[in-house]
Amino acid sequence: MIGASGLLLAGLAPARATEDQVAVLIEKLVGAAKPTPGRVKLDLPLLVENGNAVAMTVGVDGEDGVRSLHVFAERNPLPNVANFTFGPRSGHPRVSTRIRLATSQTVIAIAVMTDGSCWSDSVDLLVTLAACIE
Amino acid sequence: MSRVLINVPKSCKKGDILDVKVLISHPMESGQRRDEQGQIIPRKIINKFTCAWDGEEVFSADLFPAIAANPFLSFSALAVASGTLSMTWVDDDGHTQTELVAITVV
Amino acid sequence: MMRWVALFLCLAAQTQAAPHSGYADASAPVRAMQDDDTANPGFLWVQQGEGIWSDAGVPTGHSCASCHGAATGMRGVSARYPEYDAKLGHPLTLEQRIEQCHTERQGAAPFAHESDELLAITAFVGVQSRGMGVTVDASGPAAPFFDRGKELFTTRMGLLNLSCAECHDGLAGHHLAGATIPQGQPNGYPLYRLEWQALGSLVRRIRNCLTGVRAEPFTDDSTDLVALQFYLGARADGLKVETPAVRP
Repeated sequence: MIGASGLLLAGLAPARATEDQVAVLIEKLVGAAKPTPGRVKLDLPLLVENGNAVAMTVGVDGEDGVRSLHVFAERNPLPNVANFTFGPRSGHPRVSTRIRLATSQTVIAIAVMTDGSCWSDSVDLLVTLAACIE
Repeated sequence: MSRVLINVPKSCKKGDILDVKVLISHPMESGQRRDEQGQIIPRKIINKFTCAWDGEEVFSADLFPAIAANPFLSFSALAVASGTLSMTWVDDDGHTQTELVAITVV
Repeated sequence: MMRWVALFLCLAAQTQAAPHSGYADASAPVRAMQDDDTANPGFLWVQQGEGIWSDAGVPTGHSCASCHGAATGMRGVSARYPEYDAKLGHPLTLEQRIEQCHTERQGAAPFAHESDELLAITAFVGVQSRGMGVTVDASGPAAPFFDRGKELFTTRMGLLNLSCAECHDGLAGHHLAGATIPQGQPNGYPLYRLEWQALGSLVRRIRNCLTGVRAEPFTDDSTDLVALQFYLGARADGLKVETPAVRP
């Protein structure tokens, strides 16, 4: 019985990423170096009016030596949001874009530094439901 | 060719950090949506964006279906010498578009 | 409970506040998206419209610019639309006026409704009036169209048996699910709706509302659809044109 309902769920439930999937992706990215909270800053609204285009800024303020920034969403259909790399001609290691968020969830940013250290930030946000949709 | 809006100062002083803003007309079809017949609409997104100044990398991004339609990117570039800022993006079907902006550094 | 809600709807529907743009009801990030022309996706259509304005590749060879000159000369136009046309004896929306020019003066096939081209040229003409107050003239021979539009606005429709006025006059500022109910003002169209992930017209928004209350949408270009937009324009008196606005 449990097996049957499990199959049903696998067949019908909308695909969603999981915290574990994100953890695996982060581990693949940083190896054994566990990311430490700090240095990287992820800016997202805490209350999202429409998940189709959510303004996001991620960056490391006033810091050189940022190799790349990575953003993951734990409850989107797919966990990856974007990877950003900064070359020798980049100014600030900071980028703004607009992202899709399927539902209320935690979004995680990871900064990988040229010295090999890794830093993280996360935002728990609520995506409200629109009343009048097409 | 996608419509595109690029905003960056055309002239600046050496050592300035320039804000670069790019807005590209693109549906960023996620591959998660279904049409009226219930069929999955195939994924078609811009998956890679790079910006270089006279060939030297400024910024690059791997983009996934979680990037909103009509993608917007804002980042910065360090002005070292007059040259050309080139921005290139690649679509899932291999289509590539490049936009160039000449910048005078004094 | 249902009776209480119904009573509340009746009482609320009788009040009508001063015009107030949907901009004020949007969240700070949505307002920020509208405020920055370099980040507002509506400007992708404005840019396309600028190209259409000077495109002489039409059967008569007359671009918009060859008759109207610089687009800045169109400042004020969208603020007074829909406008009563004395020759035709009824109002035209800005889209209909553009289509009239496009087919009669440019000899071209009409743009498709809600096409990127029509939205783009409408947004490009519209943005010229940005910041100006909406002033739709509903006096004289135009009055019956205002009256018809108002009648439609206040008539209960659809399986939900709701009129536009019930929500957008009576309950504006209240909440429906997570969203603030706006007054339903037309001053930002064509506008970029995050839900659409695209620019869209007031007609699209009205159709969206009608299907929302489970009513039969008006047919494109029907007299009633134009009358409703005419009423909405007059009702928005004094609101600033925000084209291309951004809304959730």
